[in-house]
Amino acid sequence: MEEMRIVFAGFGGQGLLFAGKVVAYAGLIEDREVSWLPSYGPEMRGGTANCSVTLSDEPIGSPLIMDPNNLIAMNQPSLIKFENDVTPGGRIFVDTSLVNRLPERTDVEVFALEATNMAEDAELKGLANIVLVGKLLKETSFCSYETIEAAIRKAVPPRKAALIEKNLQALKLGYDA
Amino acid sequence: MSEKVLMKGNEAIAESAIRAGCRFFFGYPITPQTELAAYMAKRMPKEGGTYLQAESEVAAINMVYGAAAAGARVMTSSSSPGVSLKSEGVSYIAGADLPCLIINIERGGPGLGSIQPSQSDYWQATRALGHGDFQMVVYAPSTVQEMANLAYGAFDIADKYRTPVMILGDGMLGQMMEPVALPEPKTDLPEKPWATTGHQGKRAKNIANSLYLDANELEQSNIERFKRYEVIKATEQMSEEVNCDDAEIIVVAFGASSRIARSAVRAAREEGIKAGLFRPITLWPFPVDALEATKSHAKAYLSVEMNMGQMVDDVRLVVRDSAPVEFYGRTGGVIPTPVEVLEKIRQINEGLGE
Amino acid sequence: MAQTEEKIVFQRPHSLARFVTNYCPGCTHGIVNRLVAEVIDELDIEGKTIGISPVGCSVMMYNFFNCDMIEAAHGRAPAVATGVKRVNPDNVVFAYQGDGDLASIGMAETVHAATRGEKITIIFINNAIYGMTGGQMAPTSLPNQVTQTSPYGRDVSTAGYPVRVCELLSSLDGVAYLERVTVDSPKNIRKAKKAIKKAFQNQIDGIGYSLVEVVSTCPTNWGMTPTQAFDWMRENMLPYYPLGVYKDVVAEGYANAAEAAAARAAECPIAMADNPMLAELPNKRKVQDAMNKAQGGAQ
Repeated sequence: MEEMRIVFAGFGGQGLLFAGKVVAYAGLIEDREVSWLPSYGPEMRGGTANCSVTLSDEPIGSPLIMDPNNLIAMNQPSLIKFENDVTPGGRIFVDTSLVNRLPERTDVEVFALEATNMAEDAELKGLANIVLVGKLLKETSFCSYETIEAAIRKAVPPRKAALIEKNLQALKLGYDA
Repeated sequence: MSEKVLMKGNEAIAESAIRAGCRFFFGYPITPQTELAAYMAKRMPKEGGTYLQAESEVAAINMVYGAAAAGARVMTSSSSPGVSLKSEGVSYIAGADLPCLIINIERGGPGLGSIQPSQSDYWQATRALGHGDFQMVVYAPSTVQEMANLAYGAFDIADKYRTPVMILGDGMLGQMMEPVALPEPKTDLPEKPWATTGHQGKRAKNIANSLYLDANELEQSNIERFKRYEVIKATEQMSEEVNCDDAEIIVVAFGASSRIARSAVRAAREEGIKAGLFRPITLWPFPVDALEATKSHAKAYLSVEMNMGQMVDDVRLVVRDSAPVEFYGRTGGVIPTPVEVLEKIRQINEGLGE
Repeated sequence: MAQTEEKIVFQRPHSLARFVTNYCPGCTHGIVNRLVAEVIDELDIEGKTIGISPVGCSVMMYNFFNCDMIEAAHGRAPAVATGVKRVNPDNVVFAYQGDGDLASIGMAETVHAATRGEKITIIFINNAIYGMTGGQMAPTSLPNQVTQTSPYGRDVSTAGYPVRVCELLSSLDGVAYLERVTVDSPKNIRKAKKAIKKAFQNQIDGIGYSLVEVVSTCPTNWGMTPTQAFDWMRENMLPYYPLGVYKDVVAEGYANAAEAAAARAAECPIAMADNPMLAELPNKRKVQDAMNKAQGGAQ
């Protein structure tokens, strides 16, 4: 299967690390090699956040992705920062609720989705991250739908179990978009 | 082994240590090892153990000294600048022949440095983490699973040889998540008749001490300890080899940089270059024997590190003049890329053709 | 004439080892070591006691006692004691420290072990000088006191002021008992022993951190005879370091340090919220009184 090298990038608080974790769990469930690496720095509310997630059939070398074949950008600075790293033929998923300039590159596929607005309209505030995971799945089929559902169940901590259903709705919202 | 879960390296070390019977953790917050301490703070009370946030790294390692003297499986964790502060206590622990586990999730240095991943404490860990004649076993895991496995086994090694043991990781390994199968909890912990638990009127008194005012006595004590080190060197070396059997160029790398080197070696093989990866898992004792064996066919060595060139000293001590030993590294928290390492391998390969 | 009856009136305490000490003639360490040993014997705790020796003149103390002993790094005895006590809470753990060890290089460990309320016993020898290294200025050296490293007398404008340890620690909630004593006379030796015994008994009873400061002498480095040294100590040290009890939560009517701390924090909602200690406190009345008073004051 295609090696997935995904960078999730945006503001802290948008759930990018969690979205990455869901994808990583999906890899774990399907018994692939998996790595998840967050950016870390001095703790600051509202700062930028990103994580690298690799799903592969080979042992993973560096978990730090320098050449993603998939980018999920949830704000303008992240798009600017990572756009040119995406390998030709790769995909860029943009939350156009928050990003007003789309990538100009023609050698990548661009998927524009008003994920934040979609989530808010569906009363799923704060779940734009999972809407985008749904879209990523739809366009790449990196795992089965059952797997990603199971991954959500695993990634949501037990004390927040009430949120599983909303995450599943957000997933479907993005998948069907 | 249980079902695989996704865990950060820092958390996997912590959980594995608990499963190895460690019930005492003394530490002080520092990035990028914080998750380890936070995990302990959450779990220890539920295991009837102790998590104590000390007033400083200095105090933390001396609490470890006390708890180790009292016979407990005990550990501390920190990152580079904090480990420097611990060096006093580590020297006393080694001098008093006490077992414990010390984790260093390295960041860039010197000084306050950066908080990004680094391997620039190799010399400190393998040569002199503190004053005096001593060494300690140093493990360098390269995956989250290996962090769990080594943390689990480290307490046995520490108890067996009555020595401090270090796991040398870095910010990348500590922060990253990978699937990990955790080991089963240990129940058969060794007896420690030497521990200062109170003699209860049933034995002679025990003393934990590193002071010898008589020079000859101290010399004897050090000689005895170094005899144990010889046993460790003979029996505890660990390394992994990837495509080394017919390799002409052997890339030597440990921990996080070995992951990058692995990708570069794979790419080099795809280009037809006979490259292999030699990965030390024990940094002390350095896997001299296995590296020595590669000298029969290797034409060049390349040490890849996240520092200015530290382990390369040990590689040169083994290889001597049998082949050239080159170095490639990035430092300060910069992570080398497989492409950079591949380029270096190509250069060496071209040199071999001349 | 009736048979003579043999009666032992004086002997070496069992917990004091048959070992020649390194203490100078006239030094008070010998007296205080013995008092600690007598207390260990009287409380019958030798078998469960762990002593921590410091760096300083009593560095070899691990040889002088018959209980299990640990030699700590300079200033770290309270941290080492913490480690031991946390592993085996039923042990009785004491640290024996001088002024340089406790109040200079080990001040952080001292203050934090105290504020954590570690159930340990600290015996603190304050003789206002570094003895083992040959007479340098200590954190407790008096203003204008001449030492090797204050040859013109301690100049407080550059070297600062001495630390009064009992006074300093008395503000900390983890502390159960602080007393400053001296051993310059049989009467004071008896008082000192009583204080040391109380500091050990407090630990056994789980009352909290206890420290006894012994104002002492250093005839060798002060350059005096032992008698002159006691005279100098009485004249100069005791006015600066007055003897007496600086904290005793039991005498104040509390069961232990935790209860005294709770009473003091009565006006702080978060400190009192679901305080699990409260449930365990045998004597809640005083805390309740303080809380009622606090609530009354707020109305």
